[in-house]
Amino acid sequence: MDSCGATIMADALLALDELAVHFTVGSVFSGGVKTLRAVDGVTLDVKPGECLGLVGESGCGKSTLALAIMGLVPPTAGAVALDGRDLKARDRLETARTVQMVFQDPYASLNPRQSVRRTLADPLRLQGVTNRTEVDQRVMDMLAKVGLRPEHAGRYPHEFSGGQRQRIGIARALILQPKLVICDEPVSALDVSIRAQIINLLLELKDEMGLAYIMISHDLGVVEHVSDRVAVMYLGRIVEQGGWQEIFENPRHPYTRALIAAIPDPFHRAAATARAKAKGEIASALNPPSGCHFHPRCPLKAERCVTEVPALEAVAAGHRAACHFRERTY
Amino acid sequence: MSTPLLTVEDLRIALAGERTYDAVENVSFEIGRGEAFGLVGESGCGKSITALALMGLLRRPLSLAGGRIVLDGQEIQHATPAEMRRLRGERIAMIFQEPMTALNPLSPVGKQIAEMFVLHQGANWSEAMDRAEEALRQVRVPSPERRIKDYPHQLSGGMRQRVMIAIALACGPELLIADEPTTALDVTVQAEIIDLMAELCAAKGTAILMISHDLGLVANMCQRVAVMYAGRIVEAQVAEAIFAAPRHPYTQGLVNSLPRLGERSRHGRQRLREISGVVPSIATYPAGCRFNPRCAAVTDICRQIAPEITPLPADGLVRCHHHG
Repeated sequence: MDSCGATIMADALLALDELAVHFTVGSVFSGGVKTLRAVDGVTLDVKPGECLGLVGESGCGKSTLALAIMGLVPPTAGAVALDGRDLKARDRLETARTVQMVFQDPYASLNPRQSVRRTLADPLRLQGVTNRTEVDQRVMDMLAKVGLRPEHAGRYPHEFSGGQRQRIGIARALILQPKLVICDEPVSALDVSIRAQIINLLLELKDEMGLAYIMISHDLGVVEHVSDRVAVMYLGRIVEQGGWQEIFENPRHPYTRALIAAIPDPFHRAAATARAKAKGEIASALNPPSGCHFHPRCPLKAERCVTEVPALEAVAAGHRAACHFRERTY
Repeated sequence: MSTPLLTVEDLRIALAGERTYDAVENVSFEIGRGEAFGLVGESGCGKSITALALMGLLRRPLSLAGGRIVLDGQEIQHATPAEMRRLRGERIAMIFQEPMTALNPLSPVGKQIAEMFVLHQGANWSEAMDRAEEALRQVRVPSPERRIKDYPHQLSGGMRQRVMIAIALACGPELLIADEPTTALDVTVQAEIIDLMAELCAAKGTAILMISHDLGLVANMCQRVAVMYAGRIVEAQVAEAIFAAPRHPYTQGLVNSLPRLGERSRHGRQRLREISGVVPSIATYPAGCRFNPRCAAVTDICRQIAPEITPLPADGLVRCHHHG
């Protein structure tokens, strides 16, 4: 059965153990200090070469989780282990060699004053690769890998289209040959006709370089296409996780069902039953509902859901759901 | 179709710059009473400015350069600003993508709805506020009697979009234009807002012009769909047909290039079929068919001559030399 708590698998590339990231917001002058539980006890692992899809609505904590893994926000509790070593024991440069990130908006995430060559060469120099010929060679190799031409190296971000900029963002993430890449909505800011190019590229590079991905996306079609395993997040907690086929064909948490039901399917008009759809909107993480966070929106809500937090427990091999009614299939 | 509610004929929108470009050209479509019609395309294809033209809201450097817009038998493309002001809100209403920027941040939402009744129907303010509360109830905002006093920033994105819908439908327009109404929202909220719009419009017999980059969403909601590429409509068909039997290579590319839920279980993971190249900008529109540099079936004629419209059954059309 799955790893949990202290028994984290030794072969995991990334292991999160009850990771929590809380922020303090407000002040004594504006109605008191409150705690925002952006990530609230997440236990998760990613194996080498695996793609983990991470889904959930905005405000559920996906991006904070990504930042915590990158070491960009300190955890309030729990631990992040990369390659078997705790994040706290690693220095910034070492972490950068292991995990990198591709961002959503290729317009905002590239420095407009840096040429492509400099954007790609800087990480190498910071890691102590100072030989000019070697730096140049690696930059050129990387450009070729992401489908850009050598003459693109001297150009600046504004000279590229959105799809090409995202290729530069991918090249920057991969130039240090990391083992894990966190892709935070990598195609949602791109034109629809460009998205397939980038998804194909990401999958090719994954095979070629043996990368593991955490694919954060709200597009379930994309997540199903690329993921080996999927984790569903709601208000800071993982509510369901399992193999991609289990999650999409046999979802056990009502929230996962609601996400799937919300996808407009042109072939099955009105196929989504009213029963599966969620009511209302995600609550504020500042003031999450008691018990199961999802209960105000849940079609299966019972008294127990208001008072008792459901644990993330197994429903099948490798498939876990945090719902009091996880055994119900309908 | 009997007399259509809206007829757009050979619409042309010019963009003035160092030289003048045609941002939209030769766009024609009809929307029947109570019909939901979808206009799909990528950013920059001209779908939003087509909507602005219908509303009489084109501003420099954009201007209407030709064509006819006929609402219920009456040409409105040369209407005076005063006539257009009466038309907007009363007979044609619009919902925008980002409700936060479309609503006035300094005015309570109830007042912004009530304004419609005061301006268009001559109601007094206290009566208008009562009707605003009822309008909020209709778009299913919980406890409308309290929400009516809220400012936009106090509401969530989904609630703000509900307020926008309440404002748009306040005077019972015949046509509702929705420009990417759910793009800024989460998927579960998107589903709710779409259901709400469809339901209210069906109940009141309001026609919808739904504009989006999401072909799946539009095909799911609308009866007929037109696909725009680089300022032209390249294909229009009934919604089922556009997915089941797309005729233009661009539409085929869109339908086939995106991973669809359930596809991987049925067929295993297959490499996505890419559309090569990039979306052209208005200054670099190629000669002939504007899709030709990205098209797999391109031949010489595509590079030289813009294809004419070929009619398809059920008021459909395709604009391709090789639409076979």
